[in-house]
Amino acid sequence: MNENQSVFNEISTLNHLRHYLPHQAPLKDFIHHNTLHAFQNKSFHEGVQQASEIFGYRVYLELKQFRKLFEQEKINKNILLKVIADKKGKDQTDFWFTKMCHHNYDTSIKGKLGQIRQYWRKSVSINLDKVVHPLLFRVCGAYLDQGISIWKFPIHKDGFLASIQQLEKSSLRSLIKSKRAISLLLSPETTITGLLHILVGNEALFENYLFDQQFAHPGWSGMAAVLEHQPEGLLDYRKISLHDFVFFELILEIEYLDSILGTEWKPLAQQAEIDAANIFEKPAYSELFDVLSLWQEAMEWSFYDPILKGLQIKRNEVPVKTPALQAIFCIDDRECSIRRHVEIVIEGSETFGSAGFFNAEFYFQPEHGNFYTKVCPAPLTPKYIIKESEARVRHKKDAIFGQSSHSILGGWISAPTMGFLSAFKLAYNIFMPSESPVMVSSSKHMDKNGKLKIQAAEKPAVENGLQVGYTLQEMTDRIEGLFRSIGLLESFAPIVYIVGHGASSVNNTHYAGYDCGACSGRAGSVNARVVAAMANNAEVRKLLTERGIRIPETTQFLGALHDTTKDEIVWYDLDILNPDNKSLHAAYSKSFQHALDLNAKERSRRFLLMDTNAPAAEIHKKVKKRALSLFEPRPEWNHATNAMCIVGQRKNNKHLFLDRRSFLNSYDYSKDPTGKYLQNILRAVAPVCGGINLEYYFSRVDNARLGAGTKLPHNVIGLFAVANGMDGDLRTGLPRQMINIHEPLRIIVIVEHYPEIVEDAIHTNEATYEWFKNSWVHLVALHPETKQLYHFKNEAFIAYEPLADFPKQAKNLDEIFESSSESLPVYELLNA
Amino acid sequence: MEVNYFILSFVLIPLIGFITSLLTPEKKENTISRLAFLVVLFQLISVVLFISFWIFSGAESFNIKEIVLYSSKEYEFLIDIYFDEITAVYLFVGSFVSLLITRYSAYYMHMELGFKRFFNTILFFFLGYNFTVLSGNFETLFIGWEILGISSFLLIAFYRDRYLPVRNAVKVFSIYRIGDVGIFLAMWASHHLWHENITFYKLQNYDLVHEHLSGHSLIGIIISLGILIAASAKSAAFPFSSWLPRAMEGPTPSSAVFYGSLSVHFGVFLLLRTFPFWEHQISVRILIGLVGLITALTAFLITGVQATIKTKIAYASIAQIGIMFIEIALGLETLALIHFAGNAFLRTYQLLVSPSVVSYQIRDQFYHFKTYRNVQFPKFLKRFESTFYVLSLKEWYLDVFMQKWIFFPVKRIGKYLHFITIKNVFFIFIPIYISGIILLENQQIINAEILGFLPGLLAFMGMLMVFKSFSEKENPYLAWVLILINHFWVALAVSFNEHFEFAETFIYLSGISIASIIGFICLFTLKKREPEFFNLKMYFGHVYQYPILSLVFLISSLGIMGFPITLSFIGEDLIFSHIKAAQYALAFFYSISFVFGGIAAIRMYARLFLGPHCKPTHEISLKSS
Repeated sequence: MNENQSVFNEISTLNHLRHYLPHQAPLKDFIHHNTLHAFQNKSFHEGVQQASEIFGYRVYLELKQFRKLFEQEKINKNILLKVIADKKGKDQTDFWFTKMCHHNYDTSIKGKLGQIRQYWRKSVSINLDKVVHPLLFRVCGAYLDQGISIWKFPIHKDGFLASIQQLEKSSLRSLIKSKRAISLLLSPETTITGLLHILVGNEALFENYLFDQQFAHPGWSGMAAVLEHQPEGLLDYRKISLHDFVFFELILEIEYLDSILGTEWKPLAQQAEIDAANIFEKPAYSELFDVLSLWQEAMEWSFYDPILKGLQIKRNEVPVKTPALQAIFCIDDRECSIRRHVEIVIEGSETFGSAGFFNAEFYFQPEHGNFYTKVCPAPLTPKYIIKESEARVRHKKDAIFGQSSHSILGGWISAPTMGFLSAFKLAYNIFMPSESPVMVSSSKHMDKNGKLKIQAAEKPAVENGLQVGYTLQEMTDRIEGLFRSIGLLESFAPIVYIVGHGASSVNNTHYAGYDCGACSGRAGSVNARVVAAMANNAEVRKLLTERGIRIPETTQFLGALHDTTKDEIVWYDLDILNPDNKSLHAAYSKSFQHALDLNAKERSRRFLLMDTNAPAAEIHKKVKKRALSLFEPRPEWNHATNAMCIVGQRKNNKHLFLDRRSFLNSYDYSKDPTGKYLQNILRAVAPVCGGINLEYYFSRVDNARLGAGTKLPHNVIGLFAVANGMDGDLRTGLPRQMINIHEPLRIIVIVEHYPEIVEDAIHTNEATYEWFKNSWVHLVALHPETKQLYHFKNEAFIAYEPLADFPKQAKNLDEIFESSSESLPVYELLNA
Repeated sequence: MEVNYFILSFVLIPLIGFITSLLTPEKKENTISRLAFLVVLFQLISVVLFISFWIFSGAESFNIKEIVLYSSKEYEFLIDIYFDEITAVYLFVGSFVSLLITRYSAYYMHMELGFKRFFNTILFFFLGYNFTVLSGNFETLFIGWEILGISSFLLIAFYRDRYLPVRNAVKVFSIYRIGDVGIFLAMWASHHLWHENITFYKLQNYDLVHEHLSGHSLIGIIISLGILIAASAKSAAFPFSSWLPRAMEGPTPSSAVFYGSLSVHFGVFLLLRTFPFWEHQISVRILIGLVGLITALTAFLITGVQATIKTKIAYASIAQIGIMFIEIALGLETLALIHFAGNAFLRTYQLLVSPSVVSYQIRDQFYHFKTYRNVQFPKFLKRFESTFYVLSLKEWYLDVFMQKWIFFPVKRIGKYLHFITIKNVFFIFIPIYISGIILLENQQIINAEILGFLPGLLAFMGMLMVFKSFSEKENPYLAWVLILINHFWVALAVSFNEHFEFAETFIYLSGISIASIIGFICLFTLKKREPEFFNLKMYFGHVYQYPILSLVFLISSLGIMGFPITLSFIGEDLIFSHIKAAQYALAFFYSISFVFGGIAAIRMYARLFLGPHCKPTHEISLKSS
C-alpha cells in the first residue's frame, strides 16, 4: 500500500483484505462481535472516522438526529458543555456549542473505494458487476450449499477452485465462454498477480483494485475468508479460501471483457490515467467528525451520568444470615429485569450474575446427534465433552421442507395433498399460533429427562481428543472458580438455582444470536445442569471444604433454563431434592411463575402492538405467542438497548431500576483483594459484552452497510447466510428488526474495586487492554468504600464527579411500564 | 338482476378498499392493516356465500354485460363479467390467500418504512386480481391484466432505495409487457374474427367458434399464439421462466402472494379461460402441451441446482405450472384447477416459512447427517451430468436469451438513432407530421399502392421513436417526448383507414396528451432542482427527496402508456378495431410500440426516481445488496 512499494505481494494483500472484510460466521454459529474490529487498534473516534472515510460507512447517528435528541432533552446540556470543556477547554465551549447546534455541514459520506474499477464504466462503458456478480454468487453458493439444493455441486477435495476446474473439464458446455479465460482457469501457472496484469496492468494499482472489487460484495468475500479459517462453520465440510474466491472472480471479469471486447483489449492502466492513491492513509482532521464525536460523548454521558450517581447511593442493609434462596443467572442484559422481579417477589432471595456457561467449558453431544456443539465462550477451546443419553427424539420432521415437493412428480402429488394441508396449517398458525416442528425452541437443546455423563470414569475415556466428563478435581476447580468470582463463599441458602437461558422463535434466521452468548449461541441449559450436578457431588463438596468453601449438607443446587422469549422456566433433576427442599421449591416455583409474569409485562411495553395495561398473567400469554408466530419478526428484543455492564456486588446496585439495559456480573472485591478473579471476568466481559454492544451500535448507525438491512425480504442462501433476492450479496450484521429501538451508546463497564487493582487487572491481557485503552468500551472504577468514581481515560483513572442529582424514586414501576414505551431513566427503587 | 349487483360488488369491494386505504394517513398502521384485512374478509365471505348459492342453484355459467363505456355504430367497449367454475375457484383461492397474507403482514410489516404503500399495493393487486378473474371479454381482462402488471412492479420495487429490486422490477415489468403483445394481437385479431368484442361466454358456443374459424384458420392461429405468449409470460413458462426467481425482492409475504400463488397462475387462468376457443385447433393444443413440457423439464433441472430457498421454490412452482399447461392442453380442466389451488397453497406456505429452513435443516443435518453423493454415473454419462449441471446453473440461458434476443436488439436500433435530438424532433419530425396530415386530407394525390403502405410505414416510424426512447441515456425530455410522438404517428397511421373519426382520435390522444404534459412539468421541476442528477444513465433515487413529484410522475407515466385511468385506454382498443385484417404490419408495429412505450416510461420513472439515492447524506445500501 505504500507508494514506494513497487512490487505487489499477493499474500500480504489477501491478508490485508481479510483483515477488513466482515468477520461473520455462518448463521448457525452467529456470534456478536465488533463489526469494525479491524480498526480496534486505534482509538474509537479515530478508528471509526478512518473506517468511514475509506469504506463510506456511517459511524455515528446523523447530525440532525443528534440535534433532535438535544431538543428533546435526551442529551443533557450541562453534560454537553462539560464534554466540550473537557476536550476543547473551558473558553472554547461557546464556539463549539454553536458549531454543534447550528453550523451547516455537508454530511455526505462517499468512501474512497471504487476509484479504480469505475474506469471500466468510464473508458469502455462496461458494467462488470452486473454480469460477474450473479454468476460468481451462484457458483459459490451452489458450492458451499449445506442442503437447499437437490443436485449438489460436484465437489473436489482440493477446494473451490479445483472443483470448478473439474466441472469445467468434464462438462461439454463451458461455465464461461472465452477461450482465453478457460485456459487461464485451467492452467496451473495462473496466479492472481498474473490475472491482475491482464486486467489492470500497473502493479501499483493491484491492491486497490482488489479492495474495490471485493468490497463491492463484502458479504461473500467475508464468508470465503471466514470459512478458510473456520471450516467447522459448515457441518457439511467445504474447502474454500479467499484466494480461490478472488481468483475465480478475476477469471470471470476477464471472460466478460473478452466476450464484449474480444481478446485484444488493453489493461485498465493503459486505458486511463489512474492514480495509485493510498486509501489507508491517516485521515485528515475533519471538523464534522470532531463535532459528531462530541455529540456522541455527550449522548453517552447524558445516559451514564445519572446511573453513576445512583451507584453512589449508600444503603444501610441488615445482612440476612441465611437467604431464602439463591439464584445464579447469566450476566446477560435480558436477565437484569427477571432478577429484580425474583428479588422483589421472593423475600430474602439473593441473585448473582456470572457468564452463562457458569465456568464449565465443554462440548455437548446430544443423543442421536452427529456433531459436537461448543457451549462456552467462543475464544475458549474446551478439552471436555458431555454426552447425553436416554433422551427421546426431539427433532420432528416436516414434509414442507422435504425435497419431494420440488420435483415434477412429487410436486404434482404434493399440490392436492400437502398443498391443501398447508392451507389449513397456515390459516391455523396465523390465527392461532402454536408449536410446530418449524420453530426453534430453547428447551429442545437438551432433553430434560435425558441423562448426562458428567463425572469421568476412573480412567477418563477420550473421544476425538476430548475427555468424556470431568474428574473430581476438575469439577472442584470449576465450582471453586465460579463461587470465588461471584463472591459466594458462605451463607448458602437451602436451594441454589443455577439458571441458564435460551430463546425460542420461528422464522428467524438469526436464531443463534438470541441464545446465550457465553455458550457460543446455544441455550445454557446443559451448563446449568452440569454445574448444579457438580456442586451437589458429595466428593466435590469435600474437596471444596479443603479449599475453604464449606457448603452445608442441606444446601442443594438445581439447574434451570430461562426462556427469554417466552419467559418460561424449566427445572432440571427435581428428583434429587430432599423433602424439605422439595416443599420449598414447590412454593418458590410458584413465585418464579409470578415473577415471570411480571417480567413479561415489563417487556411488553416495548412491543407496540400489545396492550400493556392488562393483568400480567394475561400479557404473559400473549408474549408467549410471539415465539410461535410465523409473522412475528421480533419475538423478543434480544440485546437491544444494552448500554452498561456492572461488575460488583448485587446489593450495591439492586436499588436501581436499570431498564434491562445492564449486564450484571456479581463480584465481591473483598473476597478478591488482588484482582485475580477480576482479570478473568474482564477478559470475558470486554469481548463478549463489548462485542454485543458494538455490533448493535454499528448495525444501528448504518443498517444498510454495517447491518443486514430489513429482514423482511431476506432469502436464505445455502443455510449459511441470508441475502436479498436472487443475486444479492450476503448480508452481515444485524437486521433492522433487531435494532429499531436500540440507542447507539458504547457500553460502560463499571467495576467495584480500587482503581489501582482494576488497572492492574486490565493490563494483564493485551487484547483486553486494547478495548479499554482505545475507548471502544468505557471503563469506570467505583471505589468500594468512598464510592468515588474514576473514569479510565488516556490510559489513566481520573476522578469523575457526576453532574446529575440523585435519581428519582419510583413508587410504582407498573404504572411506569404502562405509560411509556420509550427508554426510561434510572430510578431508585424503594422496595428493593 | 340482483346477481348482477352482487357480482359487481366483487370488483367494487376491493376498489373501495383500495381508495380508502389510499386516503388513510400514513401513521395509522393499525387502521391501514385492519382496513385491508376487513376488505378481504368481507370479500371472502361474500365469495363463499355467492359460490354456495351458485352451486345450489345449478352451477350454470353466466355472463353479465355490466357497463358500456363507449359505443358507436360499429364498435362497443364494455365491461363484461363472466362466471363459471374457473372464476369460482380463482375467486375463492384469491380471497383466501389474500386474507392470510393481509393478516400476516399486519404484524410482519410493523414499523417498516412504506407500511402504507405495501397495503395500498396489495389492495391494488387484489383489485386487479378480481377484475381479471371475473372478466368476460378480452377488454375487461386487459384492464385487470394491466393493474396486475403495475402492482407487481410496485411490489418488486418495494425496497425502492436499493438497486437490485428496482432493476429486477423493471425487468419483470418488461417481460410482462412483452407478454401483452400476445393479448394485443389476440384482441386485434378477435375484432376481425368476430366483428365485435367477443365475450368468453360466446366462446363456449362450439358452433359459433367453428363457423367463424372455418376459412380464417390463420387468424385463429394468431389469436391462439397471442394467448399462448401472454400466458407463458405471465406464468413464467418457457422461454420467460427466468423472471420469477428475480421477482423475489419484496417482503416475503408479498413474494408469497404474487409469485408463489396468485399472480403466477394467471397464464394458467388465461389458457383455461380461452380453452373453448383453441380446443379444436389440434396444432395449438400440441404446441401448448410442448411449451408446458419444456417448461416443466427446464424448470425441474434448474430447481435442482438452486442453493437459495426462494429461487428453489420459484422454479419448483414453474415446473408445476408447466404440468398445468399440459393438463389444460389435454383438456383436463378440473384437474388443472385442483392442481392450481394446491400448488398455490403449497408455495405460499413454503415461502412464508422459508426463513425457518435454516434452523430446521441444520437441526436435521445435526441429527441425520449423511455425506451426500450424487448418483454415480458411468464415465460417458458423467460428462452429460456435468454439462446438464452447468446448463442448469446458467438457467439454460433463459435470462440471457431474453436480454440478447429481445432487449438488446431494441437498444441497438435505438443507438443507431442517435441523430434524433430534441431539436430534430421539433424541426424535422413536426414538419413531416404536418405534411402527413396534409396528405391525409388529400389522399387522392398519391397512388393507391403507396397509400397502402403508408399506415404501416407511419406506425414503423412511431415504433422507431419508442425504440429510441427506450435506449435514450442522456435526455429525459427527449425520451418522454418520443413516447408521446409515437402515439401521434399511430393516430395518423390509422387515420388513413376510412371510418376513423376525429372524435375517436380525440379519445385516443386526449389522456395521453394530458399525461404527457403533467409528466413534462414533473421533469421540468426535477431538472430545475437537480440539474446534476438528471439523465437516464443510472438510477438517482429522487423519490427520497421528492416523494410527491415521484408519485405524480408515476401516474403520468401510467397515463402515457395507456393505463386504464384515462380515456386513451378505450382509444387503444378503438385503434385495433380500425386496423384492417390484412394490415399485419400495422398491427404488429403498433403492438410493439405500445409495449416498448410502456417499458420506456417505466424505465424513465425507475431511473429518475428509484434506486439508491444519489446524495449520500444518509445511509445507502451497496448496489450488490
